[in-house]
Amino acid sequence: MPQRFAVVQFPGSNCDQDCVAALNSFAGVTADYVWHQEKSLAGYDAIILPGGFSYGDYLRCGAIARFSPIMAAVINDAAAGKLVLGTCNGFQILCEAGLLPGALVRNRSQHFVCEIVRTRLEVADSPFTHGCGEGTILRLPIAHGEGCFFADEITLRQLNENRQVILRYVDENGEPTPAANPNGSLENIAGICNRERNVFGLMPHPDRACDERLGSGDGRRIFESMIQTVAAQRAAAA
Amino acid sequence: MKAKVIVTPKAAVLDPQGAAVRDAMQHLGMPEVQSVRIGKYLEIEVDENSGGVEERLHSLCRDLLSNPVIEDYRLEMVNHA
Repeated sequence: MPQRFAVVQFPGSNCDQDCVAALNSFAGVTADYVWHQEKSLAGYDAIILPGGFSYGDYLRCGAIARFSPIMAAVINDAAAGKLVLGTCNGFQILCEAGLLPGALVRNRSQHFVCEIVRTRLEVADSPFTHGCGEGTILRLPIAHGEGCFFADEITLRQLNENRQVILRYVDENGEPTPAANPNGSLENIAGICNRERNVFGLMPHPDRACDERLGSGDGRRIFESMIQTVAAQRAAAA
Repeated sequence: MKAKVIVTPKAAVLDPQGAAVRDAMQHLGMPEVQSVRIGKYLEIEVDENSGGVEERLHSLCRDLLSNPVIEDYRLEMVNHA
């Protein structure tokens, strides 16, 4: 039976099709759109919150989407250990929903940034990254105006101590320098996971980096890791 | 009844918008401007006959209208009369 991935569509999502197309390019995976008004994600192995501008980014990015009916199911399934990946606006929604700590605020430069960046994998034993070694550089596209990661000092220390920082923006030498930081994120943070390690949010778009012809295929590494994790979860449950 | 809510970024949070406006004000002849912080102002009309309005508004200020990770809020109730 194929693995089933749910890609949640909010009004204003615009990377939902990228996510479904990327996931369906993997053998043994079926990705479906799930409208945000749905109330259940039963039968799905993993959940993707895609990028976009849910609810027009009104009030704050992700602030209204977090109250969509589907989010109760996302929170419930995340607590049960299901993999949840949020990219870009999906990351913002996960933070607003309290599934991930911190918040994403306006880029320090005030500019919308749209480019391919280098990110360094800080943690290679997460369910989303165990297909690659620690220190691996992933070239991934970003496209956001509000991707500056912020958390208070205590939260930031906990993120580091618990090895929850998965990705940092780095330069061509693999160093997280200020110049390599596209949005002013604290400590060049590009992606974090929760303490239980089954919820991962990142500003870059792995969904847009699944084909070398489009600039990078490095996003496949993240989806491959998720697929391996789901296979292991299924084997353990059988 | 009217509720006024003011949402402001916490001191520790970068406010690049505010910094840009501060710079513009300094360039426009007010070098004494030291800092500008930009927030949001919401005016909310509420049916005054329902109970517990202020308490419920506070709850929504925390959950929806502001994000306590990055913002503070002030809620003020104003009677029409």
